[in-house]
Amino acid sequence: MLEKAIQGSRLYWGWVIALLAFIGIGFLFYLTQYFEGLKVTGMSRDVSWGFYIAQLTYLVGVAASGVMVVLPFYLHDYKAFGRITILGEFVAISAVVMCILFVLVDLGKPMRFLNVLLYPRPNSVLFWDATVLSIYLLLNLIIGWNVLSSERKGIHYPGWVKPLIYISIPWAFSIHTVTAFLYSGLPGRHYWLTAILAARFLSSAFCSGPALLILLCMIVRKFTRFDPGTKQMRTLAVIVTYAMIFNVFFFFLEIFTAFYSQIPSHMVHFQFLFAGYEGHGRLVPWMWTAAFFALVSLILLINPTTRKNEGTMMVGCVAVIIATWIDKGLGLLIGGFTPNPFERVTDYWPTLTEFMISVMVWAIGLFVLTVLFKVAVSVKEEVEGVT
Amino acid sequence: MGIKRRDFLKLAGLSTLIGLGGKTAFQLFAPGELEASIKEVPLTAGTKWGMVVDMTKMDEHLMDKCIEACHRTHNVPKIENPKHEIKWIWKEAYEHTFPGQHHDYVTEKYENRNFLLLCNHCTNPPCCRVCPTKATWKREQDGIVMMDQHRCIGCRFCMAACPYGVRSFNWGDPRTMDEALNPDFPTNREYPTRAVGVVEKCNFCAERLAKGQYPACVEAANEIRKGALTFGDLDAPDSEVRKLLHEHYTIIRKPELGTGPNIFYIV
Repeated sequence: MLEKAIQGSRLYWGWVIALLAFIGIGFLFYLTQYFEGLKVTGMSRDVSWGFYIAQLTYLVGVAASGVMVVLPFYLHDYKAFGRITILGEFVAISAVVMCILFVLVDLGKPMRFLNVLLYPRPNSVLFWDATVLSIYLLLNLIIGWNVLSSERKGIHYPGWVKPLIYISIPWAFSIHTVTAFLYSGLPGRHYWLTAILAARFLSSAFCSGPALLILLCMIVRKFTRFDPGTKQMRTLAVIVTYAMIFNVFFFFLEIFTAFYSQIPSHMVHFQFLFAGYEGHGRLVPWMWTAAFFALVSLILLINPTTRKNEGTMMVGCVAVIIATWIDKGLGLLIGGFTPNPFERVTDYWPTLTEFMISVMVWAIGLFVLTVLFKVAVSVKEEVEGVT
Repeated sequence: MGIKRRDFLKLAGLSTLIGLGGKTAFQLFAPGELEASIKEVPLTAGTKWGMVVDMTKMDEHLMDKCIEACHRTHNVPKIENPKHEIKWIWKEAYEHTFPGQHHDYVTEKYENRNFLLLCNHCTNPPCCRVCPTKATWKREQDGIVMMDQHRCIGCRFCMAACPYGVRSFNWGDPRTMDEALNPDFPTNREYPTRAVGVVEKCNFCAERLAKGQYPACVEAANEIRKGALTFGDLDAPDSEVRKLLHEHYTIIRKPELGTGPNIFYIV
């Protein structure tokens, strides 16, 4: 099936070459980081994880959200999703690839990465994160590939795939729960030390991932002869809506506990993020932007008229992605490390190098996604006889 | 019943102190204090090392000397950019050292006053729990939180887990950083330098203890003022640290987190 990826229009090849160019440029930046050390990033003693680990966190959510199409189709026999489960699984694969790369580019000694397997410490959450992510990647590759190639041959997928599909459903929840446990078990980091963090992660994953999938479906519809379907997108939009409501609700639960209890160490991170702390307020406009887009998304998605209209549904989905990305991709990490354990503030902002290395990882992820989607869509076109 | 292992070690240590090591022991402890000192466990045989920092005997100059002694012993380079600093032992103001204990009416004696900070060698260290490669661990025989810089992959999970900010990361190559500030680097050729991309911190001078020497900071402090820093075995009821803890009210950093810090402050 992979041959489908090397047969394409000029537009397709132009896009692929553009992605490869971004990967190449980003790699040059990575070389400087590799030889100079992580001092080329904006990270410091106090904000010791930054943009890379934040992207990892966000993308684990996107990966986990594949389950939002897999679960209704396989567990509830919601047949409409049969058209797009493969797209959900392929989004998950490219997201996990990016997650693993974001961990690698964050390491001080990337060549020693295999020490995690050579000297595993089972009570380290990072060991489990690496384990569950790798297995999730394998599960999706095996399931996606087998189901798609069977579909192409016009046969039912082999029986042994079914148990893997059932395993992949709780597994999706586990990857993002474990990612939350990276943070929520650390003493003295009060922004993260909260039992609801895993639930918040899952809810933000289950709105941002399907929102992204809706946008991808729209792109597929526009540029190929395969139509993922209006019904499918509308059902996804309902999932996005509920998950976003939960996400915002969970956030307000945090706000209540911190500000009604009035415990300074619980309030201080929210104050830093939304109002600034001792003159440090770089994230304030970002966080209010996130709040604004969260509100916009809820208005557009809760209202059935605007949710069903494709134009406003698209705007709602973009708003969800912006709001959740700022919350997880910036606020979560920087807010968690600021103020530091001494109640002092060390400013953090990603450097150009850090950003370009992230661009490299995103471009690799988009490249994987493009190839996988090209294969999937070509097979679908072939099966439906629309080529 | 046979003799217990620890008692045997104590006895062995005592005989060493009085016999072969006698001369060194007399040099270490001022005359007249020999009686108290011989209750100490030998430096190679402690089971739970801890330290008492007597803030009534501390001043800025003394703290600077401790920092200098430690950083020169362990080839810790001076780095100008505070974001990339490597610190094994350093100074921090009272309200930032004990953020939960600060209030509006703290005595002027302590408001804004600097405290000496180092790794707490916690009884229940979160940094060791999170390390995915066992590159940092709590040494069973004496409780020191150790680091293996050859094992460390530089994921910095330990830095996120440490609630005391005692861990430093080599953001750049420590061997080539700020040469003007480190003209004679490495300052101690008997101790290794580190590579770029690994985490490091105070090791309670494990390499010196192995040779029967006190930690560098303790030695430096006691050269200036006796009793400013006291190092000893918290498991030994007759040790000097236990005596100090018995006689004085002491505080530790963030006791509510359950990490069990083993650095105590007399205020």
